[in-house]
Amino acid sequence: MSQGQHDASTRATLHLPLDTATLAGLRAGDQVALTGPVLGARDAAHQRMHDMLATGEPLPFAITGETIYYVGPSPAQPGHVIGSAGPTSSYRMDAYTPELLALGLRGMIGKGRRSREVVEAIKRYGAVYFGAIGGAGALLARRIRGQEPVAWDDLGAEAVVRLWLEAFPVVVINDASGNDLYDNVIGPGLVDE
Amino acid sequence: MRDISVTRLSDTIRDAVIRANTVMTPDIKRQLERGQKQETEAMASAVIADLLENAAIAQAERIPMCQDTGMVVVYLTFGQDVHWVDGEVEAAINDGIRRGYSEGYLRFSVVADPLRRVNTRDNTPAIVHYRLTAGERVHVDILPKGFGAENRSRLAMLKPSDGQAGVERFILETVRIAGPQACPPFIVGVGIGGDFERVAELAKEALLEPLDAPNADPYLAEMETRLGETINAMGIGPQGFGGRTTLLGLRIKVGATHIAGLPVAVNMSCHSTRHLAFDL
Repeated sequence: MSQGQHDASTRATLHLPLDTATLAGLRAGDQVALTGPVLGARDAAHQRMHDMLATGEPLPFAITGETIYYVGPSPAQPGHVIGSAGPTSSYRMDAYTPELLALGLRGMIGKGRRSREVVEAIKRYGAVYFGAIGGAGALLARRIRGQEPVAWDDLGAEAVVRLWLEAFPVVVINDASGNDLYDNVIGPGLVDE
Repeated sequence: MRDISVTRLSDTIRDAVIRANTVMTPDIKRQLERGQKQETEAMASAVIADLLENAAIAQAERIPMCQDTGMVVVYLTFGQDVHWVDGEVEAAINDGIRRGYSEGYLRFSVVADPLRRVNTRDNTPAIVHYRLTAGERVHVDILPKGFGAENRSRLAMLKPSDGQAGVERFILETVRIAGPQACPPFIVGVGIGGDFERVAELAKEALLEPLDAPNADPYLAEMETRLGETINAMGIGPQGFGGRTTLLGLRIKVGATHIAGLPVAVNMSCHSTRHLAFDL
């Protein structure tokens, strides 16, 4: 049986937060393991960030230098750090993403294609978009060693959380040079989201 | 006349939503194993290995295979000689879901209103379909449906002149558009016929069919096989990273329709398609 994607033994480990030199060296298709803190946030949290930025309100957490993991984990059982915690589809966050990249967001973890605007903004700001395996939430949860609330508990499963990753397996989908793994292996999408 | 307590229905649904979310169905597991044997790409093979290991961890630790534990669709089929006692049927169904999602550490993924978007904090309400049959039998199918793939589903009201070729074009186009967004490898439910409403129901019901048994209708069985081969030849592969395993199963259900119509619906679903059936 072949080794799974999660096998970290053959992967380079990247420590978070990501620095400029690391970001510049990443290429679409690179399989790496992430270690360090990320923010967990998805649809409703992005909408709220957008609304606050639109009215000039300060966010209750900093975005500069961060990596956001698009995740809405299932609840942790007693004695567990987190429940199932795989990526959600990233395209739903596309509308909110360029303004966050402009604020200094360095990395994103999710699944699936991004819009042309997001791919352009990743290039412009020297950021990166990683893909994790969708539907492998039980397996990926083992690579999350800490979780604590950050903001907006009222959003339930969509609240913003701090997660500590350890050798979390991802592949680079969009790099800072404008490359796209999906375009490279299966060609461009039929619909621009 | 047979008396059945809605409490029994509620308790069984409580257990079923937990089990469905933590145990991969045997047919999906077999299809993943079959896919892995056919893969020549290292990445595709590795992703399938991870999905199988994920399912093993989920079952052993009783945690959900996927964090999107879905919105629950319930099909309640019962004989007209059944008499429900001890309460209201739909309230009992939702009570079972409420308890299952809370006590099973499943995610609350339902908002009460699509525009104002406040989470109901117990994963209710379910979408419930009732079907009346003869006799005293009670059969329940539950389908906790995640929305990563659901969002990539499509429906078209084609013309009769579009024919089978038009239907097939629409199905293949939907899968291509779904691409990496809908968590391939896919399970695809296709509905053809009925009306605007019924065709979507047919597509969803098709997801309840076993993946490795041929369609009872040879005409549809041939269509399923041929479309399946075409989809796997698209090269999307597991997670859209390329490969041969884009599809784990495609099932078609048809229904009577109007002389002016040829409705088709494609309900996209992922490798974490979860469903469970039981009798009371």
